[in-house]
This record gives sequence, structure tokens and C-alpha cells, in this order.
Amino acid sequence: MEETVIAMEALDAEIARTEKAPKQIEMSANGVSVWFGKRKVLENVNIDFPKKTVTALIGPSGCGKSTFLRTLNRLHELIPGAALAGEVLYEGDDIYRQDVDPVHIRLAIGMVFQKPNPFPSMTIRGNVLSGLKLSGLKRKDHDELVEQTLISAGLWKEVKDRLNAPAGDLSGGQQQRLVIARALAVNPHVLLMDEPCSALDPASTLKIEETIRELSKDITIIIVTHNMQQAVRVSDYTAFFLAEENQPGFVVEQGLTTEIFGNPRDNRTLDYVNGRFG
Amino acid sequence: MAAETPLRDLSNSKKANRADRAFSRVITGAAFTSLIILAGITIFLGAKAVPVIQDQGLSFLTTTVWDTIGVPPEYGIAGMLYGSILLAVIALVIAVPVSIFLAVFMVFIAPTRVSKFLTNLVDLMAAIPSVIIGLWAFYVLVPPAQEWQSLLNQYLGWIPIFANESGNFTGTPFIAGVVLAIMMIPIVTSVTSEVLKRTPPELINAAESLGCSMWTMLRYVALPFGRGGIVGGVMLGLGRALGETIAVFFVLKIVFDINFFNIIESGGGSVATLIVSKFGETSGDFEVDVLLAAGFFLFLMTLVVNMLANLIVRRTERLKS
Repeated sequence: MEETVIAMEALDAEIARTEKAPKQIEMSANGVSVWFGKRKVLENVNIDFPKKTVTALIGPSGCGKSTFLRTLNRLHELIPGAALAGEVLYEGDDIYRQDVDPVHIRLAIGMVFQKPNPFPSMTIRGNVLSGLKLSGLKRKDHDELVEQTLISAGLWKEVKDRLNAPAGDLSGGQQQRLVIARALAVNPHVLLMDEPCSALDPASTLKIEETIRELSKDITIIIVTHNMQQAVRVSDYTAFFLAEENQPGFVVEQGLTTEIFGNPRDNRTLDYVNGRFG
Repeated sequence: MAAETPLRDLSNSKKANRADRAFSRVITGAAFTSLIILAGITIFLGAKAVPVIQDQGLSFLTTTVWDTIGVPPEYGIAGMLYGSILLAVIALVIAVPVSIFLAVFMVFIAPTRVSKFLTNLVDLMAAIPSVIIGLWAFYVLVPPAQEWQSLLNQYLGWIPIFANESGNFTGTPFIAGVVLAIMMIPIVTSVTSEVLKRTPPELINAAESLGCSMWTMLRYVALPFGRGGIVGGVMLGLGRALGETIAVFFVLKIVFDINFFNIIESGGGSVATLIVSKFGETSGDFEVDVLLAAGFFLFLMTLVVNMLANLIVRRTERLKS
């Protein structure tokens, strides 16, 4: 009898893993609309990001995916004229509430950008630790932190003998993994990635994708990508953004990646994922 | 075996058309002009300096006597050379922080309109003739500055640099340094703000995403990125400070003895100002040559400063790439 229960539990767990049964929600956007000055660029976006999953944001250029990403860690507000309606919840709390310190939000919700952007005046090690300096976080175990984050970013083996070399010595793909390590070093719970592979060659792209899969065991990842195969390869969930000409972008369809690509409900999604436009 | 493919004649591609060739000659000529002028100045000054050094020996550089009527006359510009450097250091200490703060404010803090206004203002400041600054300093700056210096002496007099035994606060290196700082600030600010403006947005983005404050972003990202350019700007300003003549002439009392560090004590040295203040009262060709020799060493000093600056800039640039 007991054995059956254990077996059942194991089976449930297996189902949960494979089918990605509803998980705890890490972040969610509720009715998010975004403006630059008078121009509305995003209309009423509602997406939930379950804990320790990868969500891909796809859609043609100019549909507001990257802008949306930047609202999720309050980088959006640093652009003059930027405005926002709706709320963004992180662990149940509105990150735009008056008494929330944006620095805390940006540390909890890290970001990796399109173009690898290590700090050129710093060494590899210095780059990994730069988040501590920039944010004023105190950690003692610097060596361990450098090793751990570089291992997580899949770069340790390649750089462990030259941690004090300038970051500029690395190739583009290595630099991108370095900035992933840099983002991980401040211990974020969510990692936002804005087309992290668009400036990289296929081999480097593959490495980053492996890294993303590994990281999603511990943190929640939200990735903007133009590469449909990439969305299929790395993500659990997908949201498809679209913008009509001179209209704000909106979410056409969202759900499990397998559904969006395998069995989309909306014809526009079907056309887009099959490469018929965008 | 197949016959080897004959080499094609590619020399044709090097033959630019005539207009291009003429153009490139004009450009080359222009480039050489600056070299020729520099060489001309060096040779002229050097030729004038040689007989003076032969006559006076090394004491020309190491002593502080200025005896034009002695037999033989003796000249020593140690106080002047040292004075020039002291004034430049005072000016640097004041101008560099002010300029960097001003540039940071203009680039990262001020609203666009204020920033544009300040940029124009700074450029305008750079265009003020030094004689005007000298006159202004003489009439407007010096009287209150005596008060400031006396206060400095009263409260910080125990620090050697703020000692003053004569009770005379006019014609001090400090005032001259302040005047030079006023002249350096527009140059250094202008260059620094240009450099800071070029901080790649992706680096600023990266810093922001790592929870930076304005201060940490500047400290770890923008200023290190601009370091080479900022040093270059400072050196440009330093060149002006070392060579400035007429503005210093209005506010510094030239004394031949070395004033090592009593910056609010009356009297200091400046090679450039020495030349202009003694030029009108020379008696005989040799005395003119003495002043030209002093000019030669001033020239040498600025050259060394510039080379050092280049070295620093190149080193920091290499680190970056």
C-alpha cells in the first residue's frame, strides 16, 4: 500500500516535471501599458512567470518586447519621458510601489543585454564582482563567488587560469557568459535576457542556451528572442507580442511553448511561428 | 603539369588619379608644416640657449641669483622653473575636481537645457583672453582673496603650506594658482564632458541593471572609461597653466628665491612671466639670450609634460582594448 503511494507521488512529480503543471508564480505583469512621452508602445499586457521556468517573449521587431522586459526590473523608468500603467508583481508585491527601492528590485531581477557589455576597464574577476561594488552589497567569499558564478555561467573552465586578464580579451560568446556570471553574482531570483544570442555565432549560442537550461533549475528566466528555434529549445512558456502599424504592442497569445508552436489558437501566431511574417 | 597561372599586373590600382595625388600632397605638406614650425622653434631657442649655458654653466638651472650688473653677470632660474611647477600644481588641485564635478553635472545630472546652456558658457569662458582674466583678477579677485588667505592662515596656519610670516597676502602663488585654475577649468571641463558623453549606453545599462547609484556608476564605469580622455584634457589645461604669462603677471610677485611651499606667502616664480616682465628692461643682447634660454627650458618642460600625458593616455587606452 505504502509503496503504491510513494510510486504515485513519484509519478505525480514526474508529471509535474514533464508537463510543467502550474507552478508558483514568481513574477506577473497585470494590465501593463507603457508610454514613451505621448506615444503608447504597449497595451494591457498580462503575463504570469512561474518560478524556475523559462518564458520566451517572441514577436516581430518594434512590438515592445524589449520595452516590456525593461519594465520588469524598473530600467524602463530611467528613460526620459517613460511612463507606465498597471502593476508588476514580484513575489506578490508591486515593484512600482512608492516605498520600494528600485536598487533592490534590480538586484533581485538581473538583466543580460543584447550586446555583450562587460566593463572594459575591469578584469574578468573584476567584472564578476562588479555588481557588489556598484550596488554596495557586501560579500566575503569573493573567490568562491567568482568560481560558483562562472561555473553556473558555463565559463569557469575557459577562464579559471586568467581571471585577472582584461575582460576585453574574451570572445563575444565568452563575454556574454561573463556578463551572465556578473548578473548571477548579486544572487538574483529572476534573470531577464534581451536577445542574449543575437550578436553571437551558432556555437556560442548553443552554449548560452545550455546555460539558460541549467540556470532555470534555480532561477526564473524571461528571454526576448527573435530566434524561433531558440524559443522552442529553451523555453517552457511563450508569449507572442504583436504591434499593428503605429499601434501599441500587445500579447496575441501566450501559454506553454509546445502549445504556441505546436497548436496555436490564433492565426497570427500560426503565421509568425511558421515564419510567414516578422 | 598545368602551366603556372601568370601573375597579373596589379600596379595599376596604386595609380590614383591626378586630383587625388595633388590632394594627398597638399595634405602631406600641411602635416609637415606643423613639424617644421616645431623644429624651427626648437632650433632657434636651442641655438640661443647654448651660449647661455656655456657661459653660465649648470648654475643657470640650479641657482636663484639674478645679477645683471655684476661682473660677470649671473643668472639662475631655479626659482622660476620650480615656481612654474608649483603654480601648475596649485591650479591642478583646484581645477581638476571642479572640472570633473562640472562635467559630471552637465552630462549625467542636469536637464538637457541646463546642460546645453552650461556647455556654451564653458566654451565662452575658454575664449576669454588671458589679459582680461589677469585684469579682472587684479581688480576683483585679489582684494577679497587677501581676506581668504588671511583666514586660511589664521585657522590652518599650522599646516606648513598655509604659513605666512610677512603678513603680506598679495602676489602669492595661491592667487596665481587660482587664476590659472580659472583658465584651466573650461578646457578640462569641455574635454571631460565630451569624454563622459561617450560612455557607451550599454555600459551604463549594465551598471543600472546591477543596482548602481549615481556615485558607483561614475566611480566604476564612467570615469574609468573616460580616464584616458580626462587625463588628456587635464594635460591640455596643464600646458596652458605652465605657459600662461600675462594673467600671472598681474597677480604674482616675481621673486628669484625659491618659494618651496608657502603658497600664501607673497612672491613666487614663473618662467613665462619672468620673460615678459624682464624683456622690456634688458640691457644688451646677452640678457635677451638669457631670457630666450629660460624660454627654451620652459618649452622643454611643457614638451616633457605632454609626452608624459601621451604615455599615460596610451597606457590606459591599451588596458581598455
